[in-house]
This record gives sequence, structure tokens and C-alpha cells, in this order.
Amino acid sequence: FLHDDLKEMLDSNKDSLKLEAMKRIVAMIARGKNASDLFPAVVKNVACKNIEVKKLVYVYLVRYAEEQQDLALLSISTFQRGLKDPNQLIRASALRVLSSIRVTIIVPIMMLAIKEAASDMSPYVRKTAAHAIPKLYSLDPEQKDQLIEVIEKLLADKTTLVAGSVVMAFEEVCPERIDLIHKNYRKLCNLLIDVEEWGQVVIINMLTRYARTQFLNPNMNESLLEEGNDKTFYGSDDDEDEEEEEEKKSEAPMPKRKPYVMDPDHRLLLRNTKPLLQSRNAAVVMAVAQLYFHLAPKVEVGVIAKALVRLLRSHSEVQYVVLQNVASMTIKRRGMFEPYLKSFYIRSTDPTQIKVLKLEVLTNLANETNISTILREFQTYIKSMDKDFVAATIQAIGRCATNIGEVRDTCLNGLVQLLSNRDELVVAESVVVIKKLLQMQPEKHSDIIKHMAKLTDNIQVPMARASILWLIGEYCEHVPKIAPDVLRKMAKSFTNEEDIVKLQIINLAAKTCVYSSIGKYLNQDYKYVLNLAKYDQNYDIRDRARFIRQLIVPTEKSGALSKYAKKLFLALKPAPVLESPFKDRDHFQLGSLSHLLNAKAGGYQELPDWPEAAPDPSVRNVEVKDSVPEWTKCSSREKRKEKKVEKPFYSDSEGESGPTESADSESDSASGSEIGSGVVGSVSGTASEESEEGSESEEEEEEEEEDEKDKKMTMKKELKKPVQENPREDDMRLTLSSLFPVEPAPSPQVTPLNSFLSNSLATDLEGLSLSDAVLSPATLSPCSALKSYELLHRIRGEGLSVEYCFSRQPFSPDANMVAVQMQFTNNATSETKNLHMEEVKLQSGMRVKEFPEIELLPAGETATAVMGIDFCDSTQAANFQLCTHTRKFFVSIQPPVGELMRPVFLTENEFKKEQGERF
Amino acid sequence: MIHSLFLINHSGDIFLEKHWKSVISHSVCDYFFEAKEKAVDPEDVPPVLQTPHHYLITVHRGKLFFLSVVQTEVPPLFVIEFLHRVADTFQDYFGECSESVIKDNVVTVYELLEEMLDNGFPLATESNVLKELIRPPTILRSVVNTLTGSSNVGDTLPTGQLSTIPWRRADVKYTNNEAYFDVIEEIDAILDKSGTTVFAEIQGVIEASVRLTGMPDLTLSFMNPRLLDDVSFHPCVRFKRWESERTLSFIPPDGNFTLMNYHVSSQNPVAIPVYVKQSISFFESGPCGRLDITIGPKQTMGKTVEALMVKIHMPKAVLSANLTATQGNYTYDLPNKVLVWDIGKLNPQKLPNLKGILSLQAGAPKPEDNPSLNIDLRIQQVAISGLKVSRLEMFGEKYKPFKGVKYVTKAGKFQFKCAALYEPFLLSFWTILFFYFTTF
Repeated sequence: FLHDDLKEMLDSNKDSLKLEAMKRIVAMIARGKNASDLFPAVVKNVACKNIEVKKLVYVYLVRYAEEQQDLALLSISTFQRGLKDPNQLIRASALRVLSSIRVTIIVPIMMLAIKEAASDMSPYVRKTAAHAIPKLYSLDPEQKDQLIEVIEKLLADKTTLVAGSVVMAFEEVCPERIDLIHKNYRKLCNLLIDVEEWGQVVIINMLTRYARTQFLNPNMNESLLEEGNDKTFYGSDDDEDEEEEEEKKSEAPMPKRKPYVMDPDHRLLLRNTKPLLQSRNAAVVMAVAQLYFHLAPKVEVGVIAKALVRLLRSHSEVQYVVLQNVASMTIKRRGMFEPYLKSFYIRSTDPTQIKVLKLEVLTNLANETNISTILREFQTYIKSMDKDFVAATIQAIGRCATNIGEVRDTCLNGLVQLLSNRDELVVAESVVVIKKLLQMQPEKHSDIIKHMAKLTDNIQVPMARASILWLIGEYCEHVPKIAPDVLRKMAKSFTNEEDIVKLQIINLAAKTCVYSSIGKYLNQDYKYVLNLAKYDQNYDIRDRARFIRQLIVPTEKSGALSKYAKKLFLALKPAPVLESPFKDRDHFQLGSLSHLLNAKAGGYQELPDWPEAAPDPSVRNVEVKDSVPEWTKCSSREKRKEKKVEKPFYSDSEGESGPTESADSESDSASGSEIGSGVVGSVSGTASEESEEGSESEEEEEEEEEDEKDKKMTMKKELKKPVQENPREDDMRLTLSSLFPVEPAPSPQVTPLNSFLSNSLATDLEGLSLSDAVLSPATLSPCSALKSYELLHRIRGEGLSVEYCFSRQPFSPDANMVAVQMQFTNNATSETKNLHMEEVKLQSGMRVKEFPEIELLPAGETATAVMGIDFCDSTQAANFQLCTHTRKFFVSIQPPVGELMRPVFLTENEFKKEQGERF
Repeated sequence: MIHSLFLINHSGDIFLEKHWKSVISHSVCDYFFEAKEKAVDPEDVPPVLQTPHHYLITVHRGKLFFLSVVQTEVPPLFVIEFLHRVADTFQDYFGECSESVIKDNVVTVYELLEEMLDNGFPLATESNVLKELIRPPTILRSVVNTLTGSSNVGDTLPTGQLSTIPWRRADVKYTNNEAYFDVIEEIDAILDKSGTTVFAEIQGVIEASVRLTGMPDLTLSFMNPRLLDDVSFHPCVRFKRWESERTLSFIPPDGNFTLMNYHVSSQNPVAIPVYVKQSISFFESGPCGRLDITIGPKQTMGKTVEALMVKIHMPKAVLSANLTATQGNYTYDLPNKVLVWDIGKLNPQKLPNLKGILSLQAGAPKPEDNPSLNIDLRIQQVAISGLKVSRLEMFGEKYKPFKGVKYVTKAGKFQFKCAALYEPFLLSFWTILFFYFTTF
């Protein structure tokens, strides 16, 4: 019983035995069997070398730690050690398991670990930190304030890897802190397309809410009108033309409101989410659809219809959810789905719940123009074998009839015809619907009422019987001879009826009595019925009988009320409004669980109403850190680029321009140019500034998107521009290393080719670079046109700040190395001595040539040095310690792919020749 | 987000459970069983159920229910899509997604689930990343594992997770570099008994099988991209490039994947490859009916129609079928009331015919509805919409890959409505009405 054999295996020295034991234990857990008594034996193996054993131990630990808190603590030190591991993936997995152990005692340890991981240099570890935040929050909500700080920090992260996870954490911990989003709004919009699918969903949903608080309603003029008219949404009275006319009206004069201008940030969101309608992930498509539904101007919402209709091809669960949402949408914006009417036609193979939803959509879409098509389609549905569906169809016909006046009679006739159907359920459902229809214009249809009176002999379905009786009672004036007759029959069968029918018999009795007292023709049946009811088992029925007796049988006690019996019973009752169950569902955010259930789910965030006046849009402007020295001023522009250090893979270049730039326009007026400069390439040395201008806003960040023609043009431009400025034009050589991988160029300067060239990403245009003659690294001047990256921030470095850039020039001591130019600035008040590197940690194959030690760096001074790194064609980071005479700082340099290149010199002709061969 | 996952078979056994947060007792599934009892068909169990403390979101795949428990607001599609992704992953790893296979590989399954979600939020769902973490089982490997005690868990850490191209792993090497694309189109149609198209559309998918060394960047262009009306892509496809040039530009995942799904614009008339002459009628007197079906080719683009199959969902009252087929075999599945006629290749010279008597349950009323016919077929070497790939180019690598494109047309939801009774019924509609007005 106590799994002794397993314990023995776990205690053995052989990994294979341990593994076997762990596999059996995990299989037990999977089947839901209790294996908690093995806890001590399993936890011992937490530091096992075998990676699979280790992983399975983690699985076990996370499952049972909550139950065995004390023992679980034994494992903590292993994870704490793991958190310090040089390998980012081990750090991440340690944090992941540590944060999954639900033991309150370790909250402080978790908090510390999360904080540390949030500033880890590996984005993967930071992502894990973001995942850990909600875990800690659910374990101890008191940590909220501290966690919000971490969230704030991670929200500022510029990598796509982190974005989705941190927004998830934000939504779980502090969804109300919308102010944290301001500064990151534009970045999130721009990163969105490169974030993994699941993160996209979370971000889009969050941004929908954000936009509702920050922007103005794009349909505000229309919505004013709508309120005034109180439109009947699927009513027969408003057809599309009218609606459009209204729109025009509202657009033309624009009463009192000032013309609406969409906030560029609002536009940015709409534009950057639109391509995601093409995602393969239904959740993403739905998220974008709801965003458009809630945020887009009416004329633009239409784009989502096609994508949603596409989802109807997917699994039935997806169809179910999508149809629910479409049903809600069709109520507000019917026109959008009208072209896709046929896509909602029902197949006999559809599951019933899908059929019913499609029926709902079809009903919502019905209008004068398409009603005949829809009714024809409905007629085929009535013959289906699926009776629930037939019943729903009959209801749908009833709704069409009430909503569209022209077809009311046709529908009614069709329904009456169904009364002779063989299936009782069909008949019953028809009766119920006919009852509702007749209430609208009873006087015209006394024959139908008469016919239905006959049906009481046959129909057994209680609801239908009740409906017929109600009809006869209500309209006994139209069928004065039949009503007493029916009552007589029903009185006979009273005791055998269902409660709902009994109530209606009493009702009928009362009404005929009241009516016939006017007609001076008194029937005594009602007394018989009331007497029977008096002794019924159901108290409702007894109560009703007592109540009615008082009203209609005048006694001394009954008083004044009985005088009004006629008014009470034969009052004109309003016809029921047959409306969609989806009406007004859209006050829940579409696509949400709450919307689907039509009830607020736990943790649901209300979709706020649009603000009356737009809040200050400047809160979204991203401030650029102001830095004093001349050199760093340049780099402050570079910081702007730093955003793109993690290069968005496929993101939308258009999206990058516009608001993003204006946001940063503070930095300087030339911001348009620098975006291109870092990317398209630069002429080093003297020509650098000019080329920066020349490259302009050729935003080729989208290397891969850009076509060949463009490339050519860019290059020519690049070539010509410096020619005018630079007398050494003969030396001007063009490098196109990444486009021409591993191809020997007939240039004397070219040294043997090897794998140094990044021969993979042909797409990477960052490789495009113009280069001057070889300069010795020692003479490299600070090159402001290059992107510089921060190695050490001055706060962390206690006054010492270090930035580096890839100077894109050969590193003369070793051709395989990339030259990294470092700029040291001493912002402290005291001098710094002996700046050098130590403890270089590298992936195998990588090599580093250290920079010469800087003996002395006085306060306020700046020094430069060049080091070489052979990244061995990988984008792995080079980690090392930067040491001063007092302190050591852990730093790391990670190259963007485009910097892994070797300058190759070509003349223009050679370049063209190469180009011709290649393309 | 996702709190727990339960795998449930058709008979209602929970055979696997996994919790990402605190453990939730499996008694929560009782609400699901209750709903399942009510539903006639497993397809009719509502995918989202509300219980006092939890919400249950379920998907039904291959006779299994994947039931997830959530406690707070979450987009239902998010969970549904994820659960299907889990099922896809099982399919990918074990070749099928069934109870026995999952039970046999329970440890691998558990390891996969562990990696796919962290605290209920999807972590690694790309098959490429997962396969680096946990190697799919093969017969050879399981033999080696038992001999050497090594494991299925990858000892290399998933670098794919760190890259901006998570769908492709680094250092892919092949001796034969191949890229194959299958353009598969499905016709969805509803035709009425006269053969008139009530509704028809073409849905297509491009399945790719790419085994290329290194980091190739592919561009696939079409002769007639205008045909494509609505598309959805694998995340690797560059949206912008599609919008501007109507070409598919992408760095492919390694192995098999779905490159894109598309819908052919409805302006073009859809070619219907076969016609059906049919009559199914039930006699007013006596417990039997007659069935006579003939199928012939219509617009087949000069190709042969293969794997032709007719499926008829019979009314409940039909007990058995005594038929003769001039080609192929027929079977009548009594519990499900499905008549399947497997025809095979369609020979235009000799049209297949199925004829005979249907016997009904004695005393049961004559079925009202005439069943509709669902057709399955396949036409090789042609995409019925006329879509053609013009070329495939590769950048970024030097070698010359083998390239190939294959076209297949299939029937999707292809339905012929039968309605022998339909017309007289309509007539009676008015006569009866007339009768009512005159008699009262």
C-alpha cells in the first residue's frame, strides 16, 4: 500500500530505476490517485542529474507541495541555486517551479526572485518573471503593491517575448491601474503583430478597455441620433436605406458637436490590429473583431464580418462561440452580415445548438428584401428530424412575422397550416407562436381562433393547451359561442390537466363569466370549475380560484373590487414583443466569457463607456531621458532606436511611423531621419552625417517586405550621396554582405571568407552598409550614426555609465571578430581607476579580445575603447564583468543579427554585377 | 486562466487530470456529465457550462472530451483554441488522439501539458519548440531508451523559445532539401433536389511539408491570387507582403504545417463536379419505402472523380435496407441510422446506381422528412477554383531544393437535399388554409 517498491527505486543509485519510479508516480498523479505519501522519497531527488527525472520531480513537487509544506521547503535551496545559474533557461525553469510551489512561507523568497528576474538580461527569464507575478499574487494578495512595481517595470520592456505575459499579469493583478499603460500604449500597439498568439489576445482585450477610457466615441454623432429614434433594431420599420440616410443626415449638418477627429493613437490601434484578422488562431480573430466592434467607426466595422464567417468553418465549439457573438452583433449592426446570409444556412449535419444559433442569426438578419428567401429556407427546416430545432424554427418564424409587417399574414398562414402536422410538438409550438401573433390583431383572425378551439380535443402538450385556452378567453368576444362550449369541455377534464392548463381554465372561466354577464347569458360552468379548483392540491390554483371567486361572484363582502372585474379581466393587453435573447448582450465585452453566459463572470472587467471629453492624449507621449553631454545627446536619439533592439520580426512599418514619431518628436526634429539611418546603413567617419540625411525615412526595417527594386534604389542613393561630399569617392565601397553571403568579391581587401558572415538572413538589410577605407580600431571616432546600446547604466554603475556600439569596421587584430566600440563616461564625483574586463563567460566557440585597460577616468570625463568579439555566428550574449578599482559589474553584450557581418568592399560595378547574378 | 484539465472518454471515465494551480476535485465534472446526459449527441453538449464556483469549457475531439476548468473571466475561444491545440499536439506526437494512445504515453503527455501551460497561461505551443523539449516517441527510440535508460526529454534547452522566429528551430540540416505544398480545396454546397445550387463555396488550404537546411526564406506566388477572397495564415507569413504583392513570403517552420487557409471569392461560380438523380419515398401504406439513386459527372475539369461516397442519414423509423448497387458496396449502420454507399471511381460510361427497398418499423408513422444525401469525393491534380501556384523561390540559402505542388479537390460539406414530399406539401399549405376560411 505504501508503495515500498517505488521508494526503494527512488533511493537507488541508478537513474534508470529512479526514472521508472517517477514515471509510475506521474502516471498515478495523472489518473488522479494520491501519491502524497511518497513526498520525502521524491523530494530527495530534486537535484538529480538526469534531466527527465528532475522534470518529473518538479511535476510531483508542484502537485503536492501545498499539502506537504514543511517537506517542500527542503527543495527550495535547489531552486535558489538555480536562480543564479549562468544559463538563462535554467534560471527561468528554477523560477517557474519555485513560483509554482504554493507555500506561503516562501513568499518573501519568491518576491525577491521575481524582482531579480524582472531585471534579468535574458528576456526569457523576464517573461518567466511575468508569469510568476499572478502566481505570487494568488498566494498572497498583500504583495500587490510590490508586484505592481514589478509589473510597471516589465511593462516598459521592449521585447515581444515579455509583452504578452506581462499584460496577462497586469490583467490579473491590477487591471484597474490603467495609468500604467499610457507610456507603453504605442509600444504595445507596434509590437502586437510580433507577439505570440496568446499574448496577442490578452493585449488586444486589454487595449480595448484602455481605448474606451481614453478616446472619444467615433460614432458619437450617430449614437446621438440613434438614442433619439430609439430604433427597433431588427424591426421591420428600419431598413438599411433609411439607416444610411440617417447617417448622411447626421454627417452633413453636425449639430452642435464639433467635428469628430480621431485620435492618432486610436487610429494606430485600429490599423495595427487589422492584419491579425488573418490569424489562424480563432481567439485572435475574435479579439480583433470585438475590438473593431467596440472601437471602430461604424463604416469600418464591416471588415470583421468576413473573418468571423471564416471561423464558422472551424470546430463546432468555435462555431458555437462565434455564432453567439455574431448574434449579438447582428442586432446592432445588421448590415454587416447581410452579404453573408447564406453562410448561416443550416445543414442537417450541424449539431442542434449550432442550428439554433444560426437560426437566431438568420432571424436577426431578416428584413423586407431577404425575408422571402429566409422563409423558404425556414420551410425546409421545419421538416427536419430534429424536433428541438423545428420548435426553434417555429419560434423564429414568429419573430420574423412580428418584426416584418409585410409577411405577417404569410407567416401566420404557414403556422396555421402546421397545426395539422403529425408531430404534436410541432403543433404545440405553432400554437404558442400563433397565440403571440394573434394578440397583435385578434379581430381579423377569429376563424383561426375557432380552429384552434377545435384542437383542444387532440393536443396534449400543456403549454399549447394553455395557450389555446388563454386565446379563447381573451378573445371570447370574437368567438362568443365557442368559448362557453370549450369551457364546458375543459371543466370535464379539469382534474386531469396539468397545473398550467388548470390555471388557464380558471382564467377562461372568469373571462367567459365576465363577458357573458354583459351578454346576459350566464353559464354555470364557471362555478363548477372554481369549486374544483378550491380543493386542488396546488396552492397556486387554490389561491387563484379564491381570488377570482371574490372578483366575479358578487357577495356582500366582496366590496368595490368586483365592479371592476370586467376592466381587470378584459383589459387590453399589450402584444408580447418577440425579441432576440441576444438583445443588449453587447454591454458585455464581446468575446468574453461573461458575454457568452450573459452573466458577469468572476474577474470580469466592465467595458467602460466612452468618455464625454477625451482625456489628455499627451500622457502617452514617451519622454526621452534627457542627458547632458554632447555625445550622449546623440545617443538619446539612439535610445529611441533601442526600442528596436529586439527587432520586430514582421511588424508593420506603417505602424511605426506616425504617432510613434510624433511621440518622440521631443527628442529632436530630425527624428524622421534617424530611424532609417541605423538601419539602411551609414557611412562611417566623416560621411556619416550626410548619409544619415540621405537615407531619410527609407524605413527599411521591414527588410523582408521591401522589394528588390527598392533595394536597388536605396543603394544608388546611398552611393551617390556621399560621392558629392567625399573626395575619396574611389574608396567608397559598398558592403552587401548579408545579401551576398559567402561570395568572394573580387576586391583586394577581402580576406579569406569564412563563416563569420551571417550567411543566413538574407533578409537582413541591416547588413547594408557603406564603408570608408579601413580605419584602425584605435582611431575610431565615436560614431553617432550607429545605434548604441547601454551596457551599464549610470545608476547601476554608481556613476560610471558605459555604452557600446557596433562600429561596423573590421577589427584588425582578428578578422573573425566584430569590433565593439565602448564609451565610458564617469558621471561620478570621484575618479575611476583601472577599468578592465574579467571573468568572460561565453558560449562554446565564441572568443573575446579584451579592450586595453583604462588606467584612469577622471570625474566627468569620457573615454572610448574597442574590444573584439567573435560571436561565432550566433546571437548569444557575451557575458563578462566590468571591473573598476572598487567594484565589479556583470554586463552582457548581445549582438543584433544585422551586426554580425564583415565589411566587404565592392565597387559599384561589382555590386551591380553581384546583384544581377543574385536576382 | 486555465485552472485544470480533465480528459474524459465517451463512457464518462476521467482518465487523466492535470492541475496548473491548486487541485480541483474531479467532482466538478459531474456538472458536465449532467449536461452530457441531457444532450442527445456528444456534439450537443454546450462547450461552456457554468457551475456554482467554476466554468467548464469543453471541446470534443476524436471521441474524447477535453474539459478545462476556469475560475475567472477568460475569452472562451482562447481556451477552446488552446484545447484544440493540445489535441493537435497529441495527434502530432502520437499519430492519433485517442484514449489508448494517451494512456500509453501518459508521462509524455504530462510532460507536454507541463510545458504548454504555465499557471494556466500558454507558454510553449509551437510544435517545433515542444519537439526540442520533449522528443516524440518512436519505436526505435523507445527501444534505445529501455536499453540505455536515456529519456525522451531533450537535454538541449529550447532555443526556439528565445528567438523571434519561435516556429523554426536553429541548425536544421537535411541531406535532401525538399519543399512540398499541397493545395487542397473543399467544396461546400447545398443543392436542392432539382440540382440547383442553393449555396456553394470553396474553401482551400495549403498544407506544406518543408524540409530545408538552414534558415531559408521562401516566396510562394500564385498565377491568379485574385481568386482568394479571405485568407488566414500561419504566423510565419508576412501580412504586409501579402497585402502589397499578394505573394506568400515566409521563413517556414521545419516539417509539416498548414501554411494558409483561404476562401475563394463568391463571385466566381462554383463548379459542381457531380449530379445526383435520386428518389427516396416512403409508402403511405405498409412499412416500407423505395430508394433509387444515380450519380453522374458534371463539371470535373476533365479529371476522374475518385473515392466517391454517399452518406444518408435515414429517418429513425428505417430498420433495414435491401438494395442493389451496380458499383461499390453499401452498408446500413442501424444504431446511427446511416446508409453509406462506397462507390469508388466514377465511370462516366457506366453510372453507378443504388436501388431497392427500405423497410420501416412496423406501426411507426411514415417519416415526414426525406433524408438528404451527403457526398464525399476526391479529384486529384486539380484545384476546382482554378487556383495555381506560379512559382516558389528561395532566398537565404544557396542549395537548390526539390520543390513540388500537388492539387486535390475534395467534397467538404456537400449536401443534396431530397424532398419528394416537399412540393405537394406546399400545395396543401394553401388548400388547407382555404379550407379553414371557408368552413368557419
